[in-house]
Amino acid sequence: MTALRVIAPGGGSTIQDRGRPGYARYGVPEAGAMDRLALDMANRLAGNDPGEAAIEFAMLGGSYKAVDGPCRVAVAGGDFDVRLDGVPLDAWRAIDLPEGATLTIGRARSGVYGYLAVAGGFDIAPVLGSRSVHLRSGIGGGKLEAGALLLLRVESPPEGPMIALAREFWPTADGSIRIVFGPQDDFFTATGRAALLSGEYRVSLQSDRMGYRLEGPVIEHANGFNIVSDGIVLGSIQVPGTGQPIVLLADRQSTGGYPKIATVLSCDIRRLVQRGHEAPIHFVAVSLDEADAILAAEAQGLLDLASRIGPLTAPDLFHSERLLQLNLIDGFIAG
Amino acid sequence: MPDAAPPPAFAIRHAGEGGIVVEFGDIVDERLNRLVIGLDAALRADSLPGVIETVPTYRSLLIVFDPLVLDRRALVARLEGLAAGLRPEDEASSRRWHIPVAYGGRLGEDLDAIAALHGLTTDEVVRLHSGVDYRVYMIGFAPGFAYLGGLPAVLHTPRRTNPRQRTPAGSVSIGGVQAAVSSVEVPSGWHMLGRTPLRTFDLRRDDPFLLRPGDRIRFHPVSEAEFDRLAALSEGGAITGELEAAS
Repeated sequence: MTALRVIAPGGGSTIQDRGRPGYARYGVPEAGAMDRLALDMANRLAGNDPGEAAIEFAMLGGSYKAVDGPCRVAVAGGDFDVRLDGVPLDAWRAIDLPEGATLTIGRARSGVYGYLAVAGGFDIAPVLGSRSVHLRSGIGGGKLEAGALLLLRVESPPEGPMIALAREFWPTADGSIRIVFGPQDDFFTATGRAALLSGEYRVSLQSDRMGYRLEGPVIEHANGFNIVSDGIVLGSIQVPGTGQPIVLLADRQSTGGYPKIATVLSCDIRRLVQRGHEAPIHFVAVSLDEADAILAAEAQGLLDLASRIGPLTAPDLFHSERLLQLNLIDGFIAG
Repeated sequence: MPDAAPPPAFAIRHAGEGGIVVEFGDIVDERLNRLVIGLDAALRADSLPGVIETVPTYRSLLIVFDPLVLDRRALVARLEGLAAGLRPEDEASSRRWHIPVAYGGRLGEDLDAIAALHGLTTDEVVRLHSGVDYRVYMIGFAPGFAYLGGLPAVLHTPRRTNPRQRTPAGSVSIGGVQAAVSSVEVPSGWHMLGRTPLRTFDLRRDDPFLLRPGDRIRFHPVSEAEFDRLAALSEGGAITGELEAAS
C-alpha cells in the first residue's frame, strides 16, 4: 500500500484537520490546524477536500519518503525550504513524488506553521469525528516519530496536472491583529484595556498549540483575576495574575477560570500563529458589526485565493527552482 | 404552573464574532446551574442552523455559532426568549450514579492529611465524603473531567500550595468547596481522597462520556482488593458504576 515514511518528523509534527468542534461540552479540546487557511490551501493544491487531515509542523518540516508507490503531495503555510531529492522547489504547490523519492522540508524563511497534504488523504481512523491529534489528552494519537509509516487512502497520484499558487498571492502574516473586547473586559481597568491596544507584544518562547503567551505591557485587572470557570472560544485572550495575556488556540482547554479581556477575530488567528518570536504584535479593537463585515470579506478573500490556484507552468518551474538554486532571491525573501 | 418565581436574570456577553455567553450569575450555585442546563437543553431542541456547539458551565452557557449563517441579533433575541421562560425548579434530569471509590492508602494519598487538617479520623472523612449526593455542575478542563458540587462544609479545604504535575485517571478529589472525578491523567492542585475504577471517559464505548451536567453522584467506599477487581473489569470495557433509573 502506498505510504509516506517519516524519515525525520520536523518540529512538533502532528496530524491535523479542522478539529473536533461539538465536544467542548464534554471537556474535549477542539484541536485542529493552527492555520486553517494554510491547511485548506495545502489540501486544495493536493486535490483534496479542504478539510482533509494533513501533517502539521512548526519551524522545521521534516523529511518524508514515498514507499510502495508514487503519490502527490502539497506544502503550504510558511515559506518553507522544500526539496525533492535535494532539488529546491517552491512551497504552495503540488509535488509528485515518485516511489522512493524523499521530500525534505527545511526551515521556514517566514512563518511558523506548515502543512503537508497528500492527495487522497491519510488512512487514519477518525476519533470523535476528527483525525486531529490533541497532544495533552492523547486523543487522535501523538507526535509523529521518525520511522512512522503513514498509509494513504489511494494507491496512485491523481491524473491531472500539478497545480500551484504563485508566490505573489501567498498570504502574509503582516498587520495588526483585530480583536473584539469581551467577554470579561469589565474585569479590567480602563488602563488595562488601553495597555492591550497601545502596547507592543511579542510571542513568548513558551507558546505552543494550546496558546500563545505574549510578553509586553501588563494588563491591569480591576478586581482580582479569578472567575468561576466558563467556556473558552478560539482566540480568547485570557489574562492570569501576571497581567501578561495568553491567546488561547487550537489545543486550548474547553473551560477556564481566568478573565478574558478580548477575543481575536477568527480570520486573524492565522496571522497571529504565523508570527515568529521576533515580530511585534499590535492589537486593534473593532466592533461586532465591523467584525461581521471583516469576516464576510475574508470569506470572499479565501474563495478568491482558491481561484488563483492554477497549473504549474514551465516559467514557474524556471523562476522558482532555478533562481533559488542560484541563491538570487534569498534577499527578497529576507527583506 | 406556579407563577411566584420571577423570570431569571441574565447577562449577554460576547466572545468574539462567533461566540455568545449567556451568564446567569458569577457564583457556584445549583439554581444558576439548573438555568444553564435548562437553556442548553432548550437551545439544542431548537436546532437553529448556524449553531456550532454549546458549552454549559457552572453559571453560564457559551454558544459558538457561525455569524455568516446565523444573525447575531436574531440569536440573542432567541436566547432571551428561551431564557425568560426557564424555571429552574423544573429540571428534568434525575440520573443518579453510584460510583465505587477506594479511599486512602496508595489510591488516596491525601486522605490522612485531610483528616488531620480538619481534626477528623479518616473513617469520618470517608463517611462524610460518601454520605451525600453530589451534583455534576459541568464537564470541563479535560475530557470527561466532572466538577461536582455538594461537598459537606466540614470538608471544604483550600487547594494544595504545590500542585501535582500528574494525577491518575479516576482520581476522586476535593478542592475549595468543590469535588471532582477525573477521567484522564491531569495536573491538579486538589487533594486526592481516593480513586474509582469506573472510567467516566472511554473511547471504546459508543457514547464515551458517562456523566452529564445535572447528574447526581453518590460515592460508595470499596476495599483496595475490590478496586483492583473492578479496575480489571473496567480495563475489559465494563461500566463499573451503576446508573439509577430516572424517577
